Order: sequence, then C-alpha cells, then structure tokens
Amino acid sequence: MSILINAETTFIVQGITGREAMNLTRECLDYGKGAKVVGGVTPGKLGEEAHGVPVFDTVAQAVEAHGAPIDGSVLTVPPAFTKDAVFEAIDNGIKLLVIVTERIPRGDVAQMVEYATEHGAQIIGPNCLGIIVPDVIKMGGIGGPAKDAAKSYTPGPIGVISRSGGMTTEMSSALSAAGLGQSTAVSIGGDAIIGTSYAELMPLFEADEQTKGIVIYSEPGGTMDAELAKWVTENDSRLPIVAFMAGFFMDDMPGMSFGHAGAIVGGKEDTAAEKIARLAEAGITVAEDITDIPDLMKAKLAERGIAV
Amino acid sequence: MRFYEYEARAIVDKAGIPVTKYGFATTPEEARKIAEDIGGPTVIKSQVLSGGRMKAGGVKFADTPDEAAAHAADILKLEINGQMPRGVLVDPKADVDQEFYAGVVWDLTKKLPVIIFSPVGGIDIEQVAEEQPDKVGRRHFSTIHPFNPFIAKEVVASTGVTGKDLQRITPIVARLAELFIEKDMTLAEINPLARMKDGTFVALDAHMDMENEARGRHKALLAELGVGGEETRAAREATPLEIAAEENDAQDHRGIAGNLTEFDGNIGLIIGAGGGSLTLFDAVLAHGGKPANYCEIGGNPTAEKTAGLTKLVLQKPGVEKIAVMMSIVSNTRADIIAEGVINGCLELGMDPAEKIALFRIPGACEEDAFKLLEEHGVEYADRTVSLTEAAKRAVEKIQGAAA
Repeated sequence: MSILINAETTFIVQGITGREAMNLTRECLDYGKGAKVVGGVTPGKLGEEAHGVPVFDTVAQAVEAHGAPIDGSVLTVPPAFTKDAVFEAIDNGIKLLVIVTERIPRGDVAQMVEYATEHGAQIIGPNCLGIIVPDVIKMGGIGGPAKDAAKSYTPGPIGVISRSGGMTTEMSSALSAAGLGQSTAVSIGGDAIIGTSYAELMPLFEADEQTKGIVIYSEPGGTMDAELAKWVTENDSRLPIVAFMAGFFMDDMPGMSFGHAGAIVGGKEDTAAEKIARLAEAGITVAEDITDIPDLMKAKLAERGIAV
Repeated sequence: MRFYEYEARAIVDKAGIPVTKYGFATTPEEARKIAEDIGGPTVIKSQVLSGGRMKAGGVKFADTPDEAAAHAADILKLEINGQMPRGVLVDPKADVDQEFYAGVVWDLTKKLPVIIFSPVGGIDIEQVAEEQPDKVGRRHFSTIHPFNPFIAKEVVASTGVTGKDLQRITPIVARLAELFIEKDMTLAEINPLARMKDGTFVALDAHMDMENEARGRHKALLAELGVGGEETRAAREATPLEIAAEENDAQDHRGIAGNLTEFDGNIGLIIGAGGGSLTLFDAVLAHGGKPANYCEIGGNPTAEKTAGLTKLVLQKPGVEKIAVMMSIVSNTRADIIAEGVINGCLELGMDPAEKIALFRIPGACEEDAFKLLEEHGVEYADRTVSLTEAAKRAVEKIQGAAA
C-alpha cells in the first residue's frame, strides 16, 4: 500500500506547457506503472498536446473531457497566479494538490490551505517536488527522470517525509542502498507555511500497513518539529521515527535565511539544537550524520521487534 | 523585510491608526526644527533595525529644541549592535496613562493569522505571556472570510478590558489585523499602544515586517516610504561579492545559482539544493573545514549562470579550490552544472582538474556529466558517496593542499 496516491490516481498538471512542467510530465508518464496524467491546463493553449497529454484552457474542460472526477493536480504556475489556480482546481472537485511553485507569499498560502480544508482537499507544498510510491507512481518532479528515480527509490517499509526535495531522494537512496525500501516518500516543501506538515502526514502512515518506520528531514525555523513531537507523544505511535536535522551552522546566524524560505532562526525555538532536543524528548532518534540513518532505523525496528 | 520605526509608524498612520506628531531627522538641525514644531519636551530615538536601543544609549529625552539637537548629534554617531542609525525619530514626550500591547503574527501550526492583545504593554509580550498568562488574549482569524471588527472586540474583551477603553481599542486592533493581511506582513505590532491622560489612544511605537516574497505587490507603498529595491534589510548588509552573485543570478530567471553568503575560510563551495546546501555546509564544518562561502544551486539554472557563480567564488581571495556538491538532483541537470563549473574555470584560464577538488552531483543526466568531467580530468563521485563523505573528501583535499 501507499499513502496519498496509488497506481489508479488520476491527475492533471496546471501550467503544463512550462519548461519544468513538460519535463515532470514526461517523467511521471515514464515512471513505474505510468502515471495517469489525464490533462494539462495552460490558459490559451487549448488543443495542444504535451507528451500526448491533452492541454486545456480550464480545469473544468479537463474534468469534462475526462468524464469523471480527477483526483489530483500538480501546480507549476508562477507565484502570482498559484492561488487562483489552486482555487480553480478545488472548485472543480480536485482533492489532492501538489504545489511545486516557490516564492509564494504566505498570505496566499494560508488562503489556499484554508480553502482546501473547507473543501476536504489536501495540499502538499508549496516549494516541493511531490510524492513518489516506488516502482508504482510519482506525482511531481521527485527523483527526476524515471531511470534516475529508479536508482534511488525502491519499494519497502519506510515512509519518508522531507522539507527538502533533494534530501527526500538523498535519504531514500541511502535507505535503498541499505536494503530499506520506501512505502511512500513525500517532499512536503520548504516554506514557512505548507499545506501538510509531518504531524499531519503521520495518521496516514500510521494507517498504512506497509509502513513500519518513518524517516524525516528537518531544518531550523518553524513549528513542525514541536508539532510532530506532540503528536507522537499524544498518539502513542506504532512507528519508530529517525530524524535528520540540517543547518546547525544557522543557529549562530539569527535573522538570516538559508536554503528555504522557511529556514530562518527567529527565536530560540527555531534553532536546530532546540528542535532536536524537542524531538529526542518524544523518543525520536536524531541522526547526527546522514549516513547513520539506515542503521539507526534498523536498530529501532529491531528494538521494537518489528520485522521488515 | 523589517521596517525602521519611522517607516512602521507611517504605515500605521496610513492605516488610520492614531500616532503622535513625530518627525524623522537625519541631521541635528532637522531634529531641532521638529522639536520646535512639537513645542514641548521630546524623545530622540535612534533609527536602527536592532533592538536594545534604550540600553545602548540610543533613546534620550530633551526639554528644549537645543537639547534635542545635541542628543540627535550624539545618537546619529552612535553605532548600535554593529549598525549606524538611518536617522533619529523626534517624538513628543507622551503623557501616558497606561500602556497596552497589540500584535498580529502567523500561527505556523494552525496556518492562520493570530491577534495577540494585552493590557500590559511596553515590555516584551513573551515576558508578559510567561508571567501573567491571563493578561494575554489570542484569537485566530480567517484569511478567506471577511474580517469583522467583532473579532478584535473579542480578543480585547477576553483580557478584561471594557468600557470606553474597549470601544476605543477595538477599531485600532481591527485596522492592525486588516493591515497585516493587506500589506503581507509577517509581524505587525504596536507596543506600546498608549492611553493618554485624556483617554485617547496612540501608537507610541510600531514594529512591522513585510514578507520578502510579497514586496513586488507593494511597490507603491515602498516607494512612498523611500525603501529602495536593493535594500535587503537582512541581519547584515550584503558584501560586494554577495551583490555580484545576486546580479549574476538575476541575469536569467531560470533556476538559482546564487544566494551566496561570504565566510572567512579557504574552501570555495558550489553547493545545492536548498536542503543539500544546509547539510553540506554542516558537514564541511563538522570535518574541520573552513568554508569561504555558502551558496545554492537549484531549479536547473543555465550553464552561464553556474559559470558566473564559479568564477566569483574562484576569484575570492584565499580560495584555492572549489568543491561542487549537491544532494541528488531531480530537475536540476547534473550535466549542465558540470558544463557551467568547467567553463567557469576555463574562462579564468584555470585547469578544471586542478581547481575542482571534487564534483558530487548525482541524479538527472549524471552519465553525461560524468563523461564531461572525465574529459577534463575532474574527480567526481556518484550517489554511493554520501554527502558527508563527499564533504570530508573535499576538506581533506583542499585544506591538505592549502596547508
């Protein structure tokens, strides 16, 4: 099994005629069992094709042409137009939105998230690479071209959640090399406000039988680690978690943003040091070195008597 | 982007929130003139982005215009936490009866804006929250449903404020909340919000932070305030090299090859992407490396931009070699980055094999990248070499060579 998407998931790509969108469409069609990319939307490009995928002016046209509800959308439209595109997708019944676009003001993101919540839709991102179920489907640029994605991602028991797109692949690659495949890997985005946090993905992984453990990549800034620690403590999670924290050097440089928009040390609670203390209190193992992650996970699984 | 106090007050004033009759001065003479117009005792406040002005001697009281000018002359020369003041704010010494606090911030967990209000103002709100939690009211509000003033009334009333105070504070807090959303602020704070002896309220100090990503849609406001497009308002001013890297990145909108921050070391770093850069920088430090710079490559930049960044880093005094390393790339193409860094070396008349200590960018189009690197004799590593190992190898090679 997997979370969020599976082989049957249908999705569109909003902004499909852009350079990066064309690439990711090709990659999704090629990867695993081949994603069901049922349409693309770029205003004014009705009737064109992108790698055989029909292009429409509106999401409504795409839904009508498909003749059934569409599950998801990957959004790669410029920041000034993303909010409008998200509302359009939600109003046309789409329930899973993967927002790739970077540099969207958080006021817009908050509106998208609130609108999605009111309509029972879920946003992954912004500023993310998407979701991958190894050997089955990928939704977004995650892992890159199909043959490259296949080198890093293998099916298995570990759920991966990461604020960095590249680090999602990096950690999955290390896990795969150590014989620990992934159930689903989710690049959740590096912005200050994102649609779905670690703690919000945990119930999905918790309910997924294939998933036996969770690996997380985190950075300074934001409240997601504290939220995760709280969730784990309150819900007596069955899943062992290993976390990796990058950006320790930022602790001495308050007010400067590195890496992602959300990675900035404002107060003490934003620092890497404070965050790992919070995670450790909740029983989450924090890897000091990224290369230690697979062994730490194996040890935690063994400790709990979980066979993988 | 943080605003100076004099700018924040202007923003508050434009939103219809009462302020004192203050003035901004960049010379002692201007300060004297403002004090004369005010016609009574004044407060002279240093305009720096740093906190702790009072302690540093950046806030002084004056009884006469001459005294105001003298204080202004002192404060204008006074560096506070490494910053020279932009000017001084000359404010009438207020006849304050009680100080309140009103602020709006993002609750990143709930993903909603939250109003924070307290009848205990003038000091740090976090201190109040710790010592007198019942004196701090909080209320979230929607970003998609219309804002209604009752929301402000509820949060003020929740702290025990009633009567005329409640009636007068409610519209001020409501305007602050609307201003927060309209102007894309990440922090909008009036502290203190003062009740004067006559019962009216004024914003005595304000702190505003606008989100950088939203600056483009507030050009008119920024122009009115005289904030230049080049002003980053970061924790420290950008260095010439950092500005040059910014210009190099801006030459083409595709991808990023920039976000350069200078450090004192000798290891030139061409690193990416967002998370990879953070991880690699930590790893270089952990292995005793002394980076000359931080930077980020991501989103598939052109070879030209990458070459430009490479040249800037290689030309930084003290840099003998560079390490080119990224977390496994998805949309960024390894071959284009390889082409960029090799060209950067060649354009400076340098040998890539000698200048590039290590190239570790696995992922999209890696075969083409590795082929190109082999042609130029550059040492490279694939995904079987972890980020940590790559950083270690780069440190040993470069600092070993420098020693």
